[in-house]
Amino acid sequence: MAKKNFMLVCGGTGCESSKSDEIYRTLIKEAELQGVKDDVQVVKTGCFGFCEKGPIVKVLPSESFYVEVKPEDAKEIIAEQVIKGREVKRLLYKKSQQTADNIKVQDIEFYQKQFRIVLRNCGVINPENIEEYIARDGYVALEKALFEMSPQQIIDVMKASGLRGRGGAGFPTGVKWETAAKVNSEVKYVVCNADEGDPGAYMDRSTIEGDPHSVLEAMIIAGKAIGAHNGYIYIRAEYPLAIDRLKVAIAQAKERGLMGVDILGSGFDFDVEIRLGAGAFVCGEETALLQSIEGNRGMPIPKPPFPAIKGLWGKPTIINNVETLANIPVILTKGAEWFAAIGTDKSKGTKVFALTGKINNSGLIEVPMGTTLREIIFDIGGGIKGGKKFKGVQTGGPSGGIIVEKDLDTPISYESLIALGSMMGSGGMIVMDEDDCVVDVSKFYMAFCVDESCGKCAPCRIGTNQMHALLDKISKGNGVEADLDSLERIGKAMTKASLCMLGGSAANPTLATIRHFRDEYMEHIVDHKCRAGKCKSLVVYEIIPAKCIGCGLCARKCPVPCITGEKKQPHVIDTARCIKCGECFKACKFGAVTKR
Amino acid sequence: MPAANIEFSSELNSFIEEWGKKPGGLIMMLHRIQGEFGYIPREAAEKLSLMVGLPLAKIYGVVTFYHFFKTSKPGKHRIAICLGTACYLKGAQDLVDESRSILGIAGEDVTDDGLFSIDEVRCLGCCGLAPVLQVGDEVYGKVTKEQLPDIIAKYRNL
Repeated sequence: MAKKNFMLVCGGTGCESSKSDEIYRTLIKEAELQGVKDDVQVVKTGCFGFCEKGPIVKVLPSESFYVEVKPEDAKEIIAEQVIKGREVKRLLYKKSQQTADNIKVQDIEFYQKQFRIVLRNCGVINPENIEEYIARDGYVALEKALFEMSPQQIIDVMKASGLRGRGGAGFPTGVKWETAAKVNSEVKYVVCNADEGDPGAYMDRSTIEGDPHSVLEAMIIAGKAIGAHNGYIYIRAEYPLAIDRLKVAIAQAKERGLMGVDILGSGFDFDVEIRLGAGAFVCGEETALLQSIEGNRGMPIPKPPFPAIKGLWGKPTIINNVETLANIPVILTKGAEWFAAIGTDKSKGTKVFALTGKINNSGLIEVPMGTTLREIIFDIGGGIKGGKKFKGVQTGGPSGGIIVEKDLDTPISYESLIALGSMMGSGGMIVMDEDDCVVDVSKFYMAFCVDESCGKCAPCRIGTNQMHALLDKISKGNGVEADLDSLERIGKAMTKASLCMLGGSAANPTLATIRHFRDEYMEHIVDHKCRAGKCKSLVVYEIIPAKCIGCGLCARKCPVPCITGEKKQPHVIDTARCIKCGECFKACKFGAVTKR
Repeated sequence: MPAANIEFSSELNSFIEEWGKKPGGLIMMLHRIQGEFGYIPREAAEKLSLMVGLPLAKIYGVVTFYHFFKTSKPGKHRIAICLGTACYLKGAQDLVDESRSILGIAGEDVTDDGLFSIDEVRCLGCCGLAPVLQVGDEVYGKVTKEQLPDIIAKYRNL
């Protein structure tokens, strides 16, 4: 009997943590209880991307897009949608509170400018069922690569497509493969870099959680292209759900003869093993990653020789990022020309970004290269939360820089972002508003780099510490103008002299903010003022006597307590004892507490 | 060496048996040990060293390099507070400070009753829910300072 309704429940980490699994189970249970279990199929999919409004349930064929669903809504969804054949209006996504009209998925502005290649199956298929992947042309590219193409032909397609590494550096994938293919060696390796350490980025995790087979398929194709029979997926231990889905996918692929010995009778063997990371950001750097797979401390080694020539256990090794790999099956199926037609002159295809921070529609998005930052932030992202003023957007995480208002119309490409003093990075995109302080954020990123520096080379080990000390000094109001010069000088030295890109890019957030917001740094230094109120040492809370009615609420909220005053008389804050928690500021209903 | 003072489960023993032979299996074995004990006890590292023939110094070199591995016993309930960028911008540091002050502990200390410890972690990957904290397997999103006493109280009496 044909299913009347398909209910797709988001099973990404974000939605799972807001109980999507319970929603999934309750929908199935309710369908049974209400006697309609044959009329509905409930599927748990990968990430829909619209994390802001999660948990998300999408119903087909009516294209109903339910947001912020709770387990207790399941009963109504089944009763209305399946039995009465109408939508549950109150749960449908609405453009704003004012408009009563509900809109369909294709009209949601969050999705309109997106173009999905990497995320093609996320939120569409059940990632734990290989049949659904196959039904959407899964493993077609592998078949083509195994039976119709020579290794060189595969490499030629990759080169013609213009695909570049999505891990951040943007090295042409086809060239990397060709280098490894040309080395004469019995043993070679394909490594998938799923060590997504950039804080605030979760593209790779969502791709694996939503569509693990696309990564496996690409690894086997890469194996054929370079002549490797073994692959490793190096993935963060912090991603349990993604690891589980990979294990399921590997088992299913082996069962169907799509992995292992003599794949599909082609005579080609390929096996994949999962290796867990252990929380070291530097392991995103490829030589450090290989050290970690070998069971060592994850410290980078000088290049050349490049891993494509001498990598894992001294053998030629290609390392590709998850997102890069997920593009590959589609490129082989649809052709290099199709792919090369998307994007800009030198940056082809799409890019997935994790759009987070002070933005209305936080989530996972995929856009063609060449889309402008303004389109991403204001059209897809829906602008800044709470009507605040946009300050900047950080791309490339701790390795990137802040991009400001005047540059928002730049079309995104590897080159354009570097020209702006930032970088593509792996795809974290963090939006900041007027309440964020550039000194504080730079200090945050530098603290991250101090923590994550492996300590092998001096420029990074010492430089990050010194820069952090200077930023800390400025944030406490003890800086002098010469500190800015020191920051720039140390930063440039680190950029030039560090062994790997961790140190080589650690200064970027600081250098970019000094370039764009020198006045704000000077305010901290000269006026001892933090306009965003984030640098606690510089904030002073005071009560304006004329506005204070003496209700005493602030005094009751104060945890120290350091606010005194008679009833119905203006209160006073003892600034010497104040710990600057801001509770009084939040509590006062009369605007009598000021922050400066 | 006092390595014999610690018992490994049979699953852990067979895992080490299998992975001890594979090149580069050390990190995988350490994950398994931490999975069993909640941290890497010194005795376990010594026992592993004897079992697979790796120098203890090499094992400790790896254990102390990676943030994920702990060398002291965490609290029964580990409160992981995300300090990824999105959470940081939305006030996660205040959550860390406030939780520490509620529990009266500093850094990675464990409360006297052994119930709680706090981990600052890098990105739990639910940036849409920022700021986020996790107790055991339960994730709490869009957390405010005001909710912390209730969240902690929930686990105190478990």
